[in-house]
Amino acid sequence: MAHSPFILQEQEFQKLKTVLARLCVECVARVVFLVDRDGQTIAFNGDIGDMDTTSFASLAAGNVAATNSMAKLIGEDGFPAVFHEGERESIFISVIGRSLLVVVFDERSTLGLVKLRTKRASYEVAAILEEASKQSQAFAANSASAFADITDEDIDSLFS
Amino acid sequence: MTFINYASREINCKIVYYGPGLCGKTTNLQYIYDATAPQAKGKLISLATETDRTLFFDFMPLELGTVRGFKTRFHLYTVPGQVYYDASRKLILKGVDGVVFVADSQEERMDANVESLYNLEENLQTQGYDLMQLPYVLQLNKRDLPGAVPVEDLTYELQKKGEPVFEAVATTGTGVFDTLKAVAKQVLTELRKT
Repeated sequence: MAHSPFILQEQEFQKLKTVLARLCVECVARVVFLVDRDGQTIAFNGDIGDMDTTSFASLAAGNVAATNSMAKLIGEDGFPAVFHEGERESIFISVIGRSLLVVVFDERSTLGLVKLRTKRASYEVAAILEEASKQSQAFAANSASAFADITDEDIDSLFS
Repeated sequence: MTFINYASREINCKIVYYGPGLCGKTTNLQYIYDATAPQAKGKLISLATETDRTLFFDFMPLELGTVRGFKTRFHLYTVPGQVYYDASRKLILKGVDGVVFVADSQEERMDANVESLYNLEENLQTQGYDLMQLPYVLQLNKRDLPGAVPVEDLTYELQKKGEPVFEAVATTGTGVFDTLKAVAKQVLTELRKT
């Protein structure tokens, strides 16, 4: 059976956006993403320009999955953070449970600053996601799903 | 794991194309990519070797429209088929919502099909899934090749649970969208239960 869906409500989404917005300013980052480990963007803040954010999220998740498997091969439980240094732009990824906090920054910032600010923000993000997860489970258990009455016609119409 | 964002009114689902090496998984994605309107798709990302064999995964996001006011986005992945990339295959199955098994219809690839299907079941189990409970479709690819094993024989060998079976020629697109539609329909039907 597929795992239960993760349902993110408006209130938690806005809380996450607020944390990301603050982190983006504090890190002097170009853009900050919150991505789940399956490669789906949960929220982001900053200048994405013409960046393909869907592909970026998928590759970030693949990257962390691969490095975590490498960690296990050398006897580590995993790598809590991953850093890629570019000539102009760099990427710092912090692992928060089932999610990844991804900071894209350039020479206006430093790795030390990004690590410091990200650590603090990650506690807040973890708390919000924990709450969101509880709400998601409660919502799935108690509420009538918005999709309970999807018809075959609804689905077929997607492919017409 | 399906991700439903009530704030942005989006549903995101993950579909993985599985199968033995050179069975046509990437070709399926390539055809979907080429045949889809630009506004409905993102980039097709291929993490491949210099000889175009999939090294880690291929990926493309596909937007199909709205259901009950929610934008539906399918994230399509392929796995590397070669036996020695098993670690990568396990990773890509994480969070999967639906699987397409692409079988190679050539007789000499029969053992590879069976081995890959067994590998799929095993890898799903390690991720906490049961193939028997997961949205799942079987595609019999390369039907145009001379000496393709009869559909009945392939179905008998490879069908696991009465899942839909589609004949395909991925290079020309035959059966490609039928396969995708069948698995997407199962995934969305699962949402009724949430």
